[in-house]
Amino acid sequence: MNREPLIFEISAEGKRGFRLPVLDVRENREIMNCFALRRDVAGFPQVSEIEVVRHFTRLSQANFCIDTTFYPLGSCTMKYNPKVNEKVAQIGNFLFSHPYAPEDLVQGNLEILKTMEDMLCEITGMEAFTLQPSAGAQGELVGMMLTRAHLQDKGNPRKIVLIPDSAHGTNPSSAHSCGYRVQEIKSNERGTIDLAALSQQMTEDVAALMITNPNTLGVFESDILRIAKIVHSKGGLVYMDGANMNALIGKFRPGDMGVDVIHLNLHKTFSTPHGGGGPGAGPVGVKRHLAPYLPVPVVEKTASGYIFNYHRPKSIGRVRSFFGNFLVVIKALAYIRSLGAEGLREISEISVLNSNYIRARLEDVYHLKYSAPTLHECVFSDKFQREHGVQNIDIAKRLIDFGLHPPTMSFPLIVPGALMVEPTETETKKELDAFIEAMKRIAQEAKVSPDMVKSAPHASYVRRLDETAAARNPVLRWEIDGERKDK
Amino acid sequence: MSYISLSNDDKKKMLAAIGVSSLEELFCCIPDEIRLKKNLALPVPLAEPELVSCFEELGRKNRESGRTSFLGAGAYQHLIPYVVDYLSSRGEFISPYTPYQPEVSQGTLQVIFEYQTLICQLTEMEIANASLYDGGSAVAEAVLMAHRLSGKPNILVAETLHPQYKSVLKTYVKNLDINIIEVNRSEQGGVDLDDFSQKTNAETSAVVCQSPNFVGVVEDLDRISEQTHSQGALLIVAIAEAASLGILKAPGAAGADIVAGEGQSFGLPLSFGGPYLGFMACKKDFIRQFPGRIAGQTKDVDGQRGFVLTLSTREQHIRREKATSNICTNQAWCALRATIFLETLGREGIRELAYQNIQKAHYALEELSRIKGVKRKFSGAVFNEFVLEFEPGWSAVENHLRRNMVLGGLNLEPFFPELKDCALVCVTEVHGKDDIDTLVRLVSEVLR
Repeated sequence: MNREPLIFEISAEGKRGFRLPVLDVRENREIMNCFALRRDVAGFPQVSEIEVVRHFTRLSQANFCIDTTFYPLGSCTMKYNPKVNEKVAQIGNFLFSHPYAPEDLVQGNLEILKTMEDMLCEITGMEAFTLQPSAGAQGELVGMMLTRAHLQDKGNPRKIVLIPDSAHGTNPSSAHSCGYRVQEIKSNERGTIDLAALSQQMTEDVAALMITNPNTLGVFESDILRIAKIVHSKGGLVYMDGANMNALIGKFRPGDMGVDVIHLNLHKTFSTPHGGGGPGAGPVGVKRHLAPYLPVPVVEKTASGYIFNYHRPKSIGRVRSFFGNFLVVIKALAYIRSLGAEGLREISEISVLNSNYIRARLEDVYHLKYSAPTLHECVFSDKFQREHGVQNIDIAKRLIDFGLHPPTMSFPLIVPGALMVEPTETETKKELDAFIEAMKRIAQEAKVSPDMVKSAPHASYVRRLDETAAARNPVLRWEIDGERKDK
Repeated sequence: MSYISLSNDDKKKMLAAIGVSSLEELFCCIPDEIRLKKNLALPVPLAEPELVSCFEELGRKNRESGRTSFLGAGAYQHLIPYVVDYLSSRGEFISPYTPYQPEVSQGTLQVIFEYQTLICQLTEMEIANASLYDGGSAVAEAVLMAHRLSGKPNILVAETLHPQYKSVLKTYVKNLDINIIEVNRSEQGGVDLDDFSQKTNAETSAVVCQSPNFVGVVEDLDRISEQTHSQGALLIVAIAEAASLGILKAPGAAGADIVAGEGQSFGLPLSFGGPYLGFMACKKDFIRQFPGRIAGQTKDVDGQRGFVLTLSTREQHIRREKATSNICTNQAWCALRATIFLETLGREGIRELAYQNIQKAHYALEELSRIKGVKRKFSGAVFNEFVLEFEPGWSAVENHLRRNMVLGGLNLEPFFPELKDCALVCVTEVHGKDDIDTLVRLVSEVLR
């Protein structure tokens, strides 16, 4: 297959892809003497417009994406991204709105923020929201900061955050970034939190339990009320990672389960596109006792209109510039407005149906370490295939030859050789069946022609890439020999 | 609306394959006492045309459009070549996840690799990451990185760092053993070098200095760098107006150790503050402490070049609580837009753009400061923003401008009480001579 060169490799002196309007003001060349200037940006490309268009169009074609491909990446909730949501986020009055515009000129924006906060409160059963965090991990960090500020206010910020061993890596990292020591809780044979272990570890040194529910195995922590009681009885808080909210939305509310603080991923449950790695948005919801600590500014509705309130003495402060990823919030609000209560409930019902259908049809062929009922995702492993020398990564790469995106493999750490499958609610049965058939065929191939599976993919834009070499000898930018001298 | 793709028959067959008789049975693992017993109290669902009307109506409640705006201060109006919108709206760029599977994500990964190269070239630094959330959090991550590298407690921060970046930074370090010490602003509007030298010592981990700074002044990075390094500290240069990199001496050339900033100027519309693009670049030696995703070049089994996410042993999914940052999702699509923007403008375009910003801003500055009662506040060299002091006070001027559909600048009093009667005015290449002349005429009407 022909591979697209780097733009720098097709660049040549004198080509231009854009022309600015001619400078229409009096030119003052002397003023340039006030600065230390550079001659030019050495190495910067020079290409024509059609070269840019072909370059990026061809590059785009080297991607799998939700618009073309089933993408069952577990815990990532790769659902369809409705196109009308993109359209409304492109409305000029939002797109060209300056974040320092006077508040009375941006009442529409403020109304959107306030409406979204109120709707997220209703959907989660929480009592206040901030839309400022830019992504899930930043939401976690905010959640931890709120926890700390609240406990500090009560006299002792405490030292430890408890995190189940099945958790996503951002959880311990976020807790640590907030100055907490992480203590792991071992999962029981169901893959859920062991109540006895929790009771023992839950002391008055523990600030919070970070829980994902359903957890990363797709298993619901059915003892959640008892768990919350144990944590609360020692004065700790329950933090919920809302990455898996797709399983619950419209039917169950974290706020009704004893959760004190939660983050949501608008780019998962609320359909905003992931963009190849962002922008997302990670709003954080809290119960009333944590509301005073939310980041500033807070939108408020007054008799004379919406305002930003910056005067919140207990606030943790800002976690990013301005008001969050506003356009992402618009898309998610559009999603909620087009689905309504019944449409949201259907998300959880059908995502759970699709996942259980895959599980039912594959659990004889792929090992399922935990047999507990699962909701929106399930985690197989490569245990059976490993007998033939085939690992989860080989199965994943072989799926590419069938035109399917692989499942998640990097976690949960409690399942060696994990294949975490999350189909979401928007898939057709035909796609689910194609995935199931491909997985079955790969299981068969693992027995009869393991080398073929281990050398997959065979029909992709590039074949299997050497990730070890990339890390051992990092080449992180394009450079030609002459470039540096050229300055 | 529903985006479900199952027919009634599909559902029946699937329930049968699972061996349950209803959808409800699939939720039997959840205790009934926490089941929501009612419908969520949300407004009735809207069909597509209703949805569009609803948001257009909300948009009309904004009354900003149609006005000529000279607002900047960390969010800049710049031209955006049409191909940026056209190419970035492709589903193949909008709808994939983070490129965990490189063989099916070469488009995203090569774009990141080109983006990292462009950021290195612009900053004249050795390595760049795949993006961070925004300018404020990028500066905070840079400080955390410097602290990990040096182990020393004190961070000197120029008073003229964007107030929001400062505020984000304070939030990030609050629970860690890091002290933030502010360095005063000089009469000229830059870092007060005497105050700076007094406050720098062996306990200084890093110095954070923004250029052009919040009041528009271009800092003398060479001198700041020299002084920083003489005390063994690291220099973090913050960039809020990335367009300045097209013509001003690069921070790397002045000796910066880490450059962190906001890339919104590169093809991202104002969008009421987000999504924007945090960027970060540093020296190669710091790579093990560098936060965020990084793309690297490698080969496939046939020896062909390809790209992967690399050095992930720094990251949360491997290192968990020992990771260099908790960041996971970043701003990849915004970095894509910046890449298209920069490659389309190219070597000449990016310089011309920056040149026009300097020229137009100085034309406006000269014309405005000629008006009696208007005074240039700081004498330091400026790029595309400057502070003016208005004799009758800013609000009288602002109101007259607003009545005439002009947003003349940002009132600085809420940020710096001593800059009462002052406004920060931003002029870029999008402003025509007419726009600037109108501003000048309206201001002189108030002061006549």
